[in-house]
Amino acid sequence: MNATPILQAEHLVKEFPVAGSGGLVTRGRTFRAVDGVDLTLAAGETLALVGESGSGKSTTARLVTRLIDVTSGTVRFDGQDITGLRGRDLHEFRSEVQVVFQDPYSSLNPRHTVERIVTAPLLYQGRKPPGGSKRFTQSLMERVGLDPNQWQRHPAQFSGGQAQRIGVARALAVGPRLVVCDEAVSALDVSVQAQIINLLRDLQREEGFSYLFIAHDLAVVRQIATRVAVMCGGRIVEAGDRDDVFDHPQHDYTRTLLAAVPRIRPEWEAARRARAAERHSARREPVDASPARRGA
Amino acid sequence: MSITTTDTKRRAATGALTVRDLTVSFPTATGSVDVVSHLDLDLEPGSALGIVGESGSGKSLTSLAMMGLLPPKATRTGTVTLGTEDLTSMSEAQLRRIRGDRVAMIFQDPLSSLNPYYTVGAQIEEAYRSHRRGVTRRKAHQVAVEAMERVHIKDAARRADHYPHQFSGGMRQRVMIAMALATEPELLIADEPTTALDVTVQAQILALLQEIRRETGTSLILITHDLAVVSEVTDHIVVMRSGVCVERGPVEAIFSDPQHHYTQRLFDAVPRIDDEIGDLRSLSPTGDHR
Repeated sequence: MNATPILQAEHLVKEFPVAGSGGLVTRGRTFRAVDGVDLTLAAGETLALVGESGSGKSTTARLVTRLIDVTSGTVRFDGQDITGLRGRDLHEFRSEVQVVFQDPYSSLNPRHTVERIVTAPLLYQGRKPPGGSKRFTQSLMERVGLDPNQWQRHPAQFSGGQAQRIGVARALAVGPRLVVCDEAVSALDVSVQAQIINLLRDLQREEGFSYLFIAHDLAVVRQIATRVAVMCGGRIVEAGDRDDVFDHPQHDYTRTLLAAVPRIRPEWEAARRARAAERHSARREPVDASPARRGA
Repeated sequence: MSITTTDTKRRAATGALTVRDLTVSFPTATGSVDVVSHLDLDLEPGSALGIVGESGSGKSLTSLAMMGLLPPKATRTGTVTLGTEDLTSMSEAQLRRIRGDRVAMIFQDPLSSLNPYYTVGAQIEEAYRSHRRGVTRRKAHQVAVEAMERVHIKDAARRADHYPHQFSGGMRQRVMIAMALATEPELLIADEPTTALDVTVQAQILALLQEIRRETGTSLILITHDLAVVSEVTDHIVVMRSGVCVERGPVEAIFSDPQHHYTQRLFDAVPRIDDEIGDLRSLSPTGDHR
């Protein structure tokens, strides 16, 4: 895979003015939230951007999606510089890149039906839902594992996990090539979180799009990422293939971060998994007794 | 912190926490709904109990019910005894003397538990003085500074005069723990104390809780959704689902050999940092179908 990366960012810098500084004549002080970030995301891959609060990971995501403008640096999407896009070109870019946010209830309009929510990105593009609004909504709902008969319900009528599926459906509506997940599974209970992680992985396998996955939970990142970039203080301190970063962290900060993650004792885990495998194989024919639990 | 005669007397009365048949119900349009039902808990002095469950499992309401802090509409039955005293038959005034003194609580969001208009020192002093009558201001201030030193807030004497917004999230949680410790409680109830914190800060706060337990012998009830956290901190755990305890036992037994189907599936759903486990097994308690 040596084709053009789907997303390439070079020397991204974002400065925010500091409130209360500066006046009529003097320029105010600025805070550098993102400080020279380089990113490369290959088509069909998942790049996870990890770091603690204030590390600049969400700001970086907003820069590459053009939700905010860069102070300096360039973002190339499919080889094209998108930092200066305007008008129609920007519209077109928006149909290639979609975002799933952390809190489904605050990122979905509570007064709109599922139909209106998931067709909104198309209407913004000036496109008609193929096959009619109702059928389009229902097929999207099926793809994300929702009951298509509930196409006229409102977000509040769904559980947190279901509502997040609506957020995913909305992102899929325009057929994007890059989906940015900004802490998309962080607010969910573990069981629901597992479902959404599985859904995101299945969709990627089917559609072949790329994810930029912003998360603070390293265990979740281990389940979904192809590559990992660790951010701290607006910079990327380490980037590499997932297993390299997790198993052989090079930077001190990465090591600190990994060491701080609470863990269930490996020996307890091993005992539990062995028993689960026994139960599993006891239920099946004795032919299939191999502990083949590592799927895909 | 000097131990006064009343303190020694209080220490002697230290006892186990016993909860029997605790049920909490809320009235709804379609009749009364039990959000916690027939729950039994036992906590030996000095030990640590974890209550784990997903949202809506009733884990937080359990702790509020024990301390008589339920919203007015809720009804509670069952008994809660601390040592020899029955908390469920106490008047509000009697309960108020127990809360924050013999039993202290820490919540998830320190910023909403602290008053932004007062310095943190003043707030710790107030909490202390409300339980120790006749203590001078100077003495209370000294207690506050010592409590802040105990939770490793650097330069405590100066920091006591700062306001909550001048502290980071982790430091604020330290202030809350300092406030809880000022009265030397025999039981500390921590409800998702590290959920809002960054992972490195979480590690520091968990280490601090362990250190405090070692040094003061305080018992701990840790309420959390995070299975890894509970496995590191507590001795016993109770797994709750929809207001019911589905499984309980020593932490090692539950984690290495869970018996209940729900517990088994819950553990399967937890993402591991050490390896990727194919498709995460998922369970559907909320009606999410898959």
